[in-house]
Amino acid sequence: MKKLFKKKKSLYDTPYTFQEAVINGDKWTKANFVIMGIGNLVHKQIVKGLLFLFSQLAFIFFMIMYGFNCLVMLPSLGTLEQGEVWNEAKGIYEYTQGDQSLLILLFGVATIFLFVGFIMMWRSSIKSAYKAQCLAYEGKHINSIVDDIKDLFDKDLHKLLLTGPVLGILIFNILPLIFMISMAFTNYSIIDKHLVLFDWVGLDNFVKVLNFNDTIGQQFWGVLSWTIIWAIFATFLNYIFGMLLAIVINRKETKGKAFWRFCFILSIAVPQFVSLLIMRTMLQPNGAINVLLMNAGLITDPLPFFGNVLWARVTVIVINLWVGIPYTMLQVTGILQNIPGELYESAKVDGANAFVTFFKITLPYMLFVTTPYLITTFTANINNFNVIYLLSNGDPTPVGATAGKTDLLVTWLYKLTVDKQYYNLGAVIGIMTFVVLAIVSLVTYRNTGSYKNEEGFM
Amino acid sequence: MANKVKSYKQKRLTTNIIVHVFLAILAIVWLVPIFWVILTSFRAEPGSYVSSFFPKSYTINNYIRLFTETNVLNFPRMFMNTLIIAIFSCVISCFFVLSVAYCMSRLRFKIRKTYMNIAMILGLFPGFMAMIAVYYILKVVGLSEGAMIRVALILVYSASSGLGFYIAKGFFDTIPKALDEAAYIDGATKWQVFTKITIPLSKPIIVYTVLTAFLAPWLDFIFAKVICRASSQYYTVAIGLWNMLDVRYIDQWYTRFAAGAVCVSIPIAILFVYMQKFYADGMSGAVKG
Repeated sequence: MKKLFKKKKSLYDTPYTFQEAVINGDKWTKANFVIMGIGNLVHKQIVKGLLFLFSQLAFIFFMIMYGFNCLVMLPSLGTLEQGEVWNEAKGIYEYTQGDQSLLILLFGVATIFLFVGFIMMWRSSIKSAYKAQCLAYEGKHINSIVDDIKDLFDKDLHKLLLTGPVLGILIFNILPLIFMISMAFTNYSIIDKHLVLFDWVGLDNFVKVLNFNDTIGQQFWGVLSWTIIWAIFATFLNYIFGMLLAIVINRKETKGKAFWRFCFILSIAVPQFVSLLIMRTMLQPNGAINVLLMNAGLITDPLPFFGNVLWARVTVIVINLWVGIPYTMLQVTGILQNIPGELYESAKVDGANAFVTFFKITLPYMLFVTTPYLITTFTANINNFNVIYLLSNGDPTPVGATAGKTDLLVTWLYKLTVDKQYYNLGAVIGIMTFVVLAIVSLVTYRNTGSYKNEEGFM
Repeated sequence: MANKVKSYKQKRLTTNIIVHVFLAILAIVWLVPIFWVILTSFRAEPGSYVSSFFPKSYTINNYIRLFTETNVLNFPRMFMNTLIIAIFSCVISCFFVLSVAYCMSRLRFKIRKTYMNIAMILGLFPGFMAMIAVYYILKVVGLSEGAMIRVALILVYSASSGLGFYIAKGFFDTIPKALDEAAYIDGATKWQVFTKITIPLSKPIIVYTVLTAFLAPWLDFIFAKVICRASSQYYTVAIGLWNMLDVRYIDQWYTRFAAGAVCVSIPIAILFVYMQKFYADGMSGAVKG
């Protein structure tokens, strides 16, 4: 086993490393430390060399024109306020261009990204030059650009296939994420009008959010505990009821299995935002449900579905059951059919009733097989923006608070950034959500049967 | 003895009846909201207030007005916007997802493990946490104004799709490696194996990927709302329907909202039910036997 592992590792090892190039490189390889691509050019890899050279020139040009300036501004995030100058001739106030901290931060982060990218390219150019040097010394064939392109479709296919996706992730996922995380350490917020110019404030925002005595802090702990309660209820109620539904439909004696399944699948097939928006209008004080109940004479006042804290919380959990049970049913039907039949037969022989069979056989088996699915559902529920935002929009919201009583961390994050423009606090909440999710996933993965014992259920 | 058998049969019959009645009640609970929208879309009385479950009179006008009265909320245009965005982002994200899944499943290279770990960590951040940042990046690049909004939305829906490769990877893992090896012995390149062997064997997962990617722009309204802002001529269907329930419009637009919801839901529902089969096939592996 160990041998296999070693062999696998050596697959990626090449003799043409950066360290080797530093030690054994000839003058052209050494020259490559300063002028990229020159080692390739000497060994007649014209196109490759020119590409390296060109990218170095482009990077230097960028650094001189913009990059350097961005990096210098980054520690202060700009100091020049937007000025207002009275123009005598025109008789109006004219505005002078001030610093915009947000752009400085964005460009700064982007420049750091480019810089790291350039360093990686620099290393690879040195390695490539060293490789060309070694091959020339040994008298072997040096890859021309045509060979390189051929390699891209064969030996280096991963480079060809991954470049696009990785660039996409870097630009639309990692760069914005780092930009957003760095906002958590600034005072970029509408409070004290720091929307144009803002500064680094260290951990102040974290202290504020985690502080029990601060209004934001109190809201944070409230929202956090509700988020966890919600995730637990939403995940496990859906799981249990979805499974029960699947069992009932799968019973031998149930007629028209396909028809029942179709009824429930139809509700998933309708886009979630449509069904949730309809639910919301139906549950309003003058919505369909209240009107019909009042007309029937069952109630005199409209039920406060989103007016009362407890009502609202129960309502969102119940509606979420409506949304989630068909999904669970769909997911577990196949697995249920895989439970070995002998287990049930022997239980029947021992005289176990349906209740005992469910809790002693079905549930443990399902829990064993579906733990990864459960964890994914749990994290998805912590991030369940749609259900809360579309149904209750976090209401009821106490006067003066930014977070409603049914707000999750994610919907609160949305409100703080998009509606309230408390960007720094929003960023802190985002980081906190990540921390909660990371802890939950790590702890549960480590304690699951499928992690501890991969041999199987029994 | 005979008595006992009879009572057992009777007991079974009662259980069966209870089960079926129970299922029927549940099915009604699940279908009522859907039925309600369809009824509302044909309702002649305007407004969101109702006094009875069934409309007093029926009309098809809601559908006609939805597609002809375009001065306030231009539904046909939103439909076209969403269609264009969906087609382009579907093509890009399918390419991304399948490439990444193939690399992770079949190719062995240095950063493979690193990539998979990073993808898992990124998955733990709330999806739209960086939304504001994405908006500013698009703004700096000049994609937040005018017709470029469509390009921006296409990029937003497809650019980071390389993170969602797990299901497709799981499928590729089930294709026997012997097929690849046979092709390599015949002198095929890795690219040829990917396009000539893996892709043709992966119909279920390709259909699944295509459909999920195609549906995303129809279902999302968070990103669309943040990126479109006030440029209403580039709204997608989801924002349009959301706006129809705004306090300003709800009384005028409620029945048309229902009509719009039906129009959007029918194709999506058909695609979804169709996709289910491929999802199940995708889960159960490529080559059977």
